[in-house]
Amino acid sequence: MWGGSKLSCSGNRFLGVVISRYRGTQTECTRLITSAVYSENQFSWTPQTKPWVFSEYRIMWFKSYRMTFACLNRIKIYRYPWTRLYSTSRTTVDSSEVKTFLALAHRWWDEQGIYAPLHSMNDLRVPFIRDNLLKTVADHQPGKPLSGMKILDVGCGGGLLTEPLGRLGASVTGIDPVDENIKTAQHHKSFDPILDKRIEYRACSLEEIVEETTEAFDAVVASEVVEHVIDLETFIQCCCQVLKPGGSLFITTINKTQLSYALGIVFAEQIAGIVPKGTHTWEKFVSPEKLESILESNGLSVQSVAGMLYNPFSGYWHWSENTSLNYAAHAVKSGVQDHPVPDEFVFKGETEELRGQDSTNAGAQEELKK
Amino acid sequence: RGMMGQKAVLGGVWLPSTSSAKQQRHDTHFCDKKILLLEAGPKKVWEKLPETYSNRVSSISPGSATLLSSFGAWDHICNMRYRAFRRMQVWDACSEALIMFDKDNLDDMGYIVENDVIMCALTKQLEAVSDRVTVLYRSKAVGYTWPYPFPMTDSSPWVHITLGDGSTLQTKLLIGADGHNSGVRQAAGIQNVSWNYDQSAVVATLHLSEATENNVAWQRFLPSGPIALLPLSDTLSSLVWSTSHEHAAELVSMDEEKFVDAINSAFWSDANHTDFIDSAGAMLQYAVAFLKPTKVSARQLPPSVARVDARSRMSFPLGLGHAAEYVRPRLALIGDAAHRVHPLAGQGVNMGFGDISSLVHHLSAAAFNGKDLGSMSHLTGYETDRQRHNTALLAATDLLKRLYSTSATPLVLLRTWGLQATNAVSPLKEQIMAFASK
Repeated sequence: MWGGSKLSCSGNRFLGVVISRYRGTQTECTRLITSAVYSENQFSWTPQTKPWVFSEYRIMWFKSYRMTFACLNRIKIYRYPWTRLYSTSRTTVDSSEVKTFLALAHRWWDEQGIYAPLHSMNDLRVPFIRDNLLKTVADHQPGKPLSGMKILDVGCGGGLLTEPLGRLGASVTGIDPVDENIKTAQHHKSFDPILDKRIEYRACSLEEIVEETTEAFDAVVASEVVEHVIDLETFIQCCCQVLKPGGSLFITTINKTQLSYALGIVFAEQIAGIVPKGTHTWEKFVSPEKLESILESNGLSVQSVAGMLYNPFSGYWHWSENTSLNYAAHAVKSGVQDHPVPDEFVFKGETEELRGQDSTNAGAQEELKK
Repeated sequence: RGMMGQKAVLGGVWLPSTSSAKQQRHDTHFCDKKILLLEAGPKKVWEKLPETYSNRVSSISPGSATLLSSFGAWDHICNMRYRAFRRMQVWDACSEALIMFDKDNLDDMGYIVENDVIMCALTKQLEAVSDRVTVLYRSKAVGYTWPYPFPMTDSSPWVHITLGDGSTLQTKLLIGADGHNSGVRQAAGIQNVSWNYDQSAVVATLHLSEATENNVAWQRFLPSGPIALLPLSDTLSSLVWSTSHEHAAELVSMDEEKFVDAINSAFWSDANHTDFIDSAGAMLQYAVAFLKPTKVSARQLPPSVARVDARSRMSFPLGLGHAAEYVRPRLALIGDAAHRVHPLAGQGVNMGFGDISSLVHHLSAAAFNGKDLGSMSHLTGYETDRQRHNTALLAATDLLKRLYSTSATPLVLLRTWGLQATNAVSPLKEQIMAFASK
């Protein structure tokens, strides 16, 4: 089964983005998806076995401020009560971001090309992920330190980070909403028979993974992704849902400071051309404090936050105390299954009871807001 | 015929390639990588150590010995034969100046090992790891297909090698260790800065007149070129005499007695001394003794030679070479393929071992970071590392060779005083020894 998405019909090229895909119908899907991306025609909906998806799409349209409402009526809506604890009714994929990345989809693997800074960022992020994951195991196979681990790489792009993790022995699933990226990634890994087996790519969004599986992954990696999503809260919730208890979430992103505007947007994009123009929007940058609070409120305890600095002259990244530009964060999902607030309250000591009470209040307030 | 997917292929005929294969296998991060060694020659197996010594020997520095022992080859060498030396005397034929390298703490300065012994030790170790390292003897690569710098659709991103028998291999990383006429380097189109010295080296195995402790390496700079005597055993030493092509041809063909006389007089004769230089040298020596009234080493004479092993005389031409680039995407050059040096400093094979050590270090770190082994990012790290070290050594060796090839008085004076001064300054000598032992 595949589903197409409805497109705006009022002239702005708003691209429907959430496209689920099952194995086996890939070619049909790619054709549809490509045409979905470029054309402005509408497609009819073929509702089948996952009806609550449609209500999600409906709500996606409500929440996104860029949409036009003209074609809402043409979507068939099936209302079903959902029994999930967290609401996955909002999508996190920003279609305008998709468009930006689409234009550069074939340039991923040129190590000296526009994605060179991301290639060299692997020197920091792969050890960061590897070492923190190795802490959770007693011993490891030499040569394949991450073997036996299941990792989800959200927003994998061309597979720049997915392939090193695969080489280290992990079974990696890389997902990206831009189909061209997935095609590039598939093509690149196809030459290496070992990687071909260890890595699986899918052109889909995080929400679709959430629907299919819960608590399946030892680690979720969202590197250079959270500054591109619409709704960070939902994104983190989804990450938490697919993580096993005790699993790790790795995020690298850009801080929202004046310095990051000056260097990250003005210098990097407009003056020096280190980053393609229009890649980043300063409003969507996330400060470590905000990220930490969202993580903690979703039951992920932050283990470390470290700053990263890029030297545009040497092309290398360095770790730094300073998190005002780029930074990396590592959080671990708490080991208990249920909503974290009551458990914190029950199991921890006296001083933490107070903290537990505070978070219960905060949690209650959030629920009231919803 | 078939395509074998390999992780790293070494095209090599010489010591460094075999030891590189060994070292890579040994490193834990390479556990699941497959290594293939293409060897043009036949497999060299000895049932028993031959009694006669081979005439090609190498001076192995302590650093290289450490490398060899790290993957178990040094033990095999110890079980066969080698000779440690503790002191080295280097002196001029045109003056009294000399420099004596001496390790106070009784450590060995280096080891003289026959090339055949090293090869045999490495071959034995390779057999021990044959599950990961495959060796194809008598195989020669005839064609290479290099990958594009970034992936193009439908073209393989790996290196393809065609062998003489028609089969093809593909690999993520090709290491070229095929000597100074490297076919890999030529096929890749890497520029090589090289020139031939107008010199050939004559090698021979010599019997000493009387058995001595024989743990000193001797080298004298004659105007025609340096002559060196390297200890092999209590009664045997190896000769390396770099001289002009004509003189080398003469030496190889002259009869044994004349040859022995030539060697002895080369070491002992003071015919090239001039009074002027002698007095100038003596002057500096007094000054040094005045400022630094510690022990002043007197010039010693090497042991005299009685006879030479029949059929052990041979000569080969010398030159300098340095590749402009050591690495390309999915290609790395090591050993003589990357650099070729005059034997006067005994550093050629040690530079090769240093290359291996550095390359393995960089590849290991890359493998632990999950990187594609043929990626330029860490290969350029290896290149920078080694080019810095090797260029300095090559330049120094070339300079020494040119400086000592003349008997023009100003230069002789310069080098006499220079040598005496260096001999007097112990920290400087220690620095030189440390650099050479890495």
